[in-house]
Amino acid sequence: MASKVLMKGNEAIGEAAMIAGCRHYFGYPITPQSELPAYLAKHMPKRDGVFVQAESEVAAINMVYGSGGTGVRVMTSSSSPGISLKQEGISYIACAEVPCLIVNVVRGGPGLGNIAPAQSDYFQAVKGGGHGDYKLIVLSPSSVQEMADFTVLGFDLADKYRTPVMMLSDGYLGQMMEPVALPEATNIKKYDKPWATIGARGRGQNLISSIHLVPEDMEKHIEHLYKKYAEIEKNELLYEEYQCGDAEYVMVSYGITARICKTACVMAREQGIKLGLLRPKTLWPFPKMPISKLAQSKNVKGFISVELSTGQMIEDVRLAVNGLKPVELFGRTGGVVPTPNEVLTNVKRLFSIK
Amino acid sequence: MKDKAKILEEVKTMKKVATRPKCLSDRTFHYCPGCTHGVVHRLVAETIDELAIQEKTIGVAPVGCSVFAYWYFNTDFSQAAHGRAPAVATGIKRSVPGSVVFTYQGDGDLAAIGTAEIIHAANRGEKITVIFINNAIYGMTGGQMAPTSLINQKTQTSPYGRDSETMGYPIRVSEMLSGFEGVKYLSRVAVDTPANIVKAKAAIKKAFQTQLEGKGFSMVEVLSICPTDWGMNVPDSKKWLQENMIPYYPLKEFKAPKAEDAKGGE
Amino acid sequence: MSKKNNKFPLNLVIAGFGGQGVLLAGKLIAEAGLHEGREVSWIPSYGPEMRGGTANCTVILSDSEIGSPVVENPDVLMILNRPSMDKFLPSLKKDGICIYNKSIIEGFTPRSDVKMIAIPASEIADKIGSTKLLNMVLVGSFMANSKAFSEESLAYALKKSTSAKHQNLLPLNEKAILEGAKYI
Repeated sequence: MASKVLMKGNEAIGEAAMIAGCRHYFGYPITPQSELPAYLAKHMPKRDGVFVQAESEVAAINMVYGSGGTGVRVMTSSSSPGISLKQEGISYIACAEVPCLIVNVVRGGPGLGNIAPAQSDYFQAVKGGGHGDYKLIVLSPSSVQEMADFTVLGFDLADKYRTPVMMLSDGYLGQMMEPVALPEATNIKKYDKPWATIGARGRGQNLISSIHLVPEDMEKHIEHLYKKYAEIEKNELLYEEYQCGDAEYVMVSYGITARICKTACVMAREQGIKLGLLRPKTLWPFPKMPISKLAQSKNVKGFISVELSTGQMIEDVRLAVNGLKPVELFGRTGGVVPTPNEVLTNVKRLFSIK
Repeated sequence: MKDKAKILEEVKTMKKVATRPKCLSDRTFHYCPGCTHGVVHRLVAETIDELAIQEKTIGVAPVGCSVFAYWYFNTDFSQAAHGRAPAVATGIKRSVPGSVVFTYQGDGDLAAIGTAEIIHAANRGEKITVIFINNAIYGMTGGQMAPTSLINQKTQTSPYGRDSETMGYPIRVSEMLSGFEGVKYLSRVAVDTPANIVKAKAAIKKAFQTQLEGKGFSMVEVLSICPTDWGMNVPDSKKWLQENMIPYYPLKEFKAPKAEDAKGGE
Repeated sequence: MSKKNNKFPLNLVIAGFGGQGVLLAGKLIAEAGLHEGREVSWIPSYGPEMRGGTANCTVILSDSEIGSPVVENPDVLMILNRPSMDKFLPSLKKDGICIYNKSIIEGFTPRSDVKMIAIPASEIADKIGSTKLLNMVLVGSFMANSKAFSEESLAYALKKSTSAKHQNLLPLNEKAILEGAKYI
């Protein structure tokens, strides 16, 4: 294993992206993700890469569309309001099957909101965001190490399935420093891209397009996309269970919040409360089966969705639990991050645990 | 009257003076009768043939009547969201620097919803070529007012004529872009007469050559007619273009590369 | 690798004005902890308050996986200005340590259930050569009081975090650290 270096989350994404072979970045400034473009602006030119500060998020995502269409590994990053602006382009990218990585360092909202950590873009990320029938693979890192690892994974999944991948991060993870073992460049898989628009040399036309004017053709294409999504659901689900074996109460939480929940789990055990945590690493695909299994367990009395929103992921938790056990919410929103103690106090309150 | 067999025999010995460009596909245009998109498509295809760049050309289609431009060119293509063609072209060119990238955009796409993209691609001096079709109207959506619609021009959304008081003035895109350092070739032409079509062809060729030489951004604004949405026949449309559009949008070569602009290129 | 030790996890909050080297002090401590094979996390306050206002960061050194990177009740405080003293002193754990710059912090009510370590850090730094060294004086005291890492590990972290063109300033920094280490 490579020795560990202390890095900021946003910078770890940048370094890992270059290790993954990404040499094209298009973005527009917005807080709290600025370290990422700054890092790439500094290091891309040294590795013959392309860094373009676009005139808007809208332009940036469409540059990604053009660039990804040529088969190169390409990424963009932004934060909530900027990601909203990119949605039209993301919908086109999903439909035209252009591989790319989109990083959302989520901040408090709606509106201009603030620049504090939040998880209130969950719906936007996992339920579509843009118009039409499509899905994004959504990766949710919980540490700086995972920000590096999931960047590499994101590029791989994007190429493997010809699909856009979103990394859902937040201001805390982006700003915090932790030791990282950077991925090895030799482990990066390369994919053939015979569909890329690089000039029709010795072959017919390649076309990157999302228009299917005849409804039956559009339906056929969407069915093709959804077959692909079914494969992804089957193969690419990632999650972690923490102290779930004998748990009576299970928190479901992702990203920075999951770490706070882990500390709450440890505190709970000290008080004799059997609290566990299920942490989705992929938000889409969502760990439906593992949650369903826990719901069927005799030990488990209830679930608590802990998120930095007024209750978005809880809808997916409820679908997975399917009425077998009560599902409660503990959420702080608007950029407020709860402490482990606050989480534990609320778990106890919600289930009247003494 | 000669019989048919004899004519066919004669044809074989005739000198070929015009043929379908290799780059233009054998597909019937979907454009309305009298529309000049077909003419401009052909001019672009001829240019690609003459410069022998078909295998390294990537086109970017807009949203508008020419959304299916890729049906007609035997080159790679990307179909862009409304107004975003210059951004898509930027992404392609930056990823395949040896390619030749052109966008084909109408006035709504380029001069309204895509204003930011065209201005900044031009200002960055992206080494792409933009074919800008200005027919002073939104065609595909059924004849609404375009940013380039003339004062008093009646459209579906300016039924009493464009009033500058409430609808502003027609945008002169070429004049606006001509001040940008990154723009190396810029010309406004029209396709209303055979003579002007010849000039348009020359301008389009110069624009592509500017890109090939790696000099910077190039654009040709083509004044075009839209008989269907203008509600006129073709001769009247051409007359309207000559009497109304050309006075407001004068035909002109705004910029052409100087020797010192050369930066190596291909 | 260090052995399990009941010192850890050790939670530290450093707070002061922007420009006093609060974030760098935290980074050095995290680097020194990493050098000794510990799990570490460093998280800054960020945003508008960074620009000219107060700055703070939380550093955790641990022998096991770090959960929440933010802590409610730190074990150690390193306080560089008065507003931060008012804000953070109440949060310090009972029997915790508060290391502070006595030179510019006065008139507050110290707590009797914690260890208050008052250091004339600005004066010491000035004497060594630059007021800018005051964060190093406090880092030295943190090292001596927490025994969270060795002097060598801190020297390593300092060297690693100093750009090539400022390597000549290392001796001054080390001197400041040693001066600070006298305050226990």
